[in-house]
Amino acid sequence: MYKKILLAVDGSVHSERSTDHAIQLGKLTTDTEVEIIYILDYAKSKSEVLHSGSAEALEQARRQKLKKIEGKFKTEEFPYKLTMKHGDPGPTIVSYANDNHFDLVIIGSRGLNSFQEMVLGSVSHKVAKRVDCPVLIVK
Amino acid sequence: MFFILFTQKLHNEWFPNVKGDILAGIVVALALIPEAIAFSVIAGVDPMVGLYASFCIAVVISFVGGRPAMISAATGAMALLMVTLVKDHGIEYLFATTILTGIIQFIFGALKIARFMKFIPRSVMVGFVNALAILIFMAQVPHFVGISNLTYIVVAVTLLIIYLLPRFTKVVPAPLVAIVAMTVLAIFGHLELRTVGDLGKITSSLPSFMIPNIPLNIDTLMIILPTALALSIVGLLESLLTASIVDDMTDTESDKNKESRGQGIANIVAGFFGGMAGCAMIGQSVINVKSGGRGRLSTFIAGVFLMFLIIVLGDWVVKIPMAALVGVMIMVSIGTFDWSSLRTITKVPLSDSIVMVVTVVTVVATHDLSKGVFAGIILSAIFFVAKISKVHVKISSNSSNRETVYDIKGQLFFASVQDFVNSFSFSDQQREKVTLNFSEAHIWDDSAVAAIDKVVLKLKENNKDVLLTGLNDASKKLIKKLATYDQPNAKASSH
Repeated sequence: MYKKILLAVDGSVHSERSTDHAIQLGKLTTDTEVEIIYILDYAKSKSEVLHSGSAEALEQARRQKLKKIEGKFKTEEFPYKLTMKHGDPGPTIVSYANDNHFDLVIIGSRGLNSFQEMVLGSVSHKVAKRVDCPVLIVK
Repeated sequence: MFFILFTQKLHNEWFPNVKGDILAGIVVALALIPEAIAFSVIAGVDPMVGLYASFCIAVVISFVGGRPAMISAATGAMALLMVTLVKDHGIEYLFATTILTGIIQFIFGALKIARFMKFIPRSVMVGFVNALAILIFMAQVPHFVGISNLTYIVVAVTLLIIYLLPRFTKVVPAPLVAIVAMTVLAIFGHLELRTVGDLGKITSSLPSFMIPNIPLNIDTLMIILPTALALSIVGLLESLLTASIVDDMTDTESDKNKESRGQGIANIVAGFFGGMAGCAMIGQSVINVKSGGRGRLSTFIAGVFLMFLIIVLGDWVVKIPMAALVGVMIMVSIGTFDWSSLRTITKVPLSDSIVMVVTVVTVVATHDLSKGVFAGIILSAIFFVAKISKVHVKISSNSSNRETVYDIKGQLFFASVQDFVNSFSFSDQQREKVTLNFSEAHIWDDSAVAAIDKVVLKLKENNKDVLLTGLNDASKKLIKKLATYDQPNAKASSH
């Protein structure tokens, strides 16, 4: 059914729930590729670099946030690819999904920072509006 | 062949992203103007000094820097260090100091000083940016507190525009819109406001080469050297921090030593063309990358477009109300402060928080970022020594076969030997076998060996058969070289 699924995560519980759905949908067909994308917000770069001793420590800390999500794939023994990209979350997910011709984008409905949602609007809403393929928003 | 390689490299560093770089460079130039003027005001010099500095530094660093897409210009951190020098000795000494700063930075770069950055703890760097933010804010206070109600209103409206406009459009930088709006309002509303023109002149001309008019003697050197040293250190510190941030944002690497040398060259040029010393700017570099700047061209355009705007619009720039500039600087200060450090202050180790606060307090008290950094580094070194000087000794006695084992865990060096020696009791005289197990310890220096000597000899005096086990190779070597306990006539010293 869906051969190429993009799972957009931010390390929150909501994105853990969407991970379950991505695995379930992925299992429906054989050879389905699931790619996890984690957007590193430009706005947080300064403070993250400031608080980490080295580039390696920073990479480690970011990886740590996705430990549970990667763990789900590992316990289900489902292969996946992990991509980290810098940028504004909404537009970056949209262009990545459209440029790489995914069949389905899965995204959680509410991430970690509610303040951002209030000021800038929700990322999942932006993604749903502008991505070319079907989008599954997990509540 | 070399020519082809050279042009290839030139192309990759300058022209892979022409459209993005030009647009980002223009955005940065617009954002730079108010800051360059405000930092000149902080330093106590004509706005042109900061503007010429920003032009020279941005253009020069675009060629010789090690981190493409990073923006360097006149900065708050540097301006704050110049205040006393400018007040006491005047502008010509500032130009000379700027040149000397450049020379020192170039030497630091040639000596590859960037590798020492890793010895600066992050709590010191967090303290550095927080202190910088507080100082920039404090520098604004005389320009808006107790002047007039109108001043307060203009500052407030400027801030409202800056923080609310981005919700509706991000096409034009909000601080620029705020400044233009307030300037237009002030001119056509005939508002009684102090303007940039009240604090200095804007000359619509390119900077020209000149040699600072100062006596070239040892007295002059003694005046400018302390400031130049502080400027060199603070400038490189902020530049290398900014380079790491740009590295992260763009997922690329940079040549930190080339950047250090580049900062030096840029400051030397700035000093000879009537500019003040500067360094990389975190805020502007983030704006540049966010706006799509990736290559050297973006920094170059930022500098050139800034100068173009000043030449074309110089007559208008003097009419900018100071209150609007204060609003922009309050935004810069809020953006510089690391707010996450307040949220995590209870979560990070207490010693980290103390180092951060001491760095901030030292800077605010002395108005010198370099002093705060030194205080923070020394304090965290002391904390580090205190932390690793804890030695744990576990004593397990077996009375049936008359054997006692001491398991020693930790680092043995000058700061920890006291604890180590105090863990032993030398009271009983019974014949016994004693094993000192060092498998979880490391022996670092002669103090540690001396302490082991002392313990072993005292135990021997108390009729013990002493055995040392589990020493790693490095520790073994040191003991073999320095220890005396196994020499026949060795005696425990009395102290």
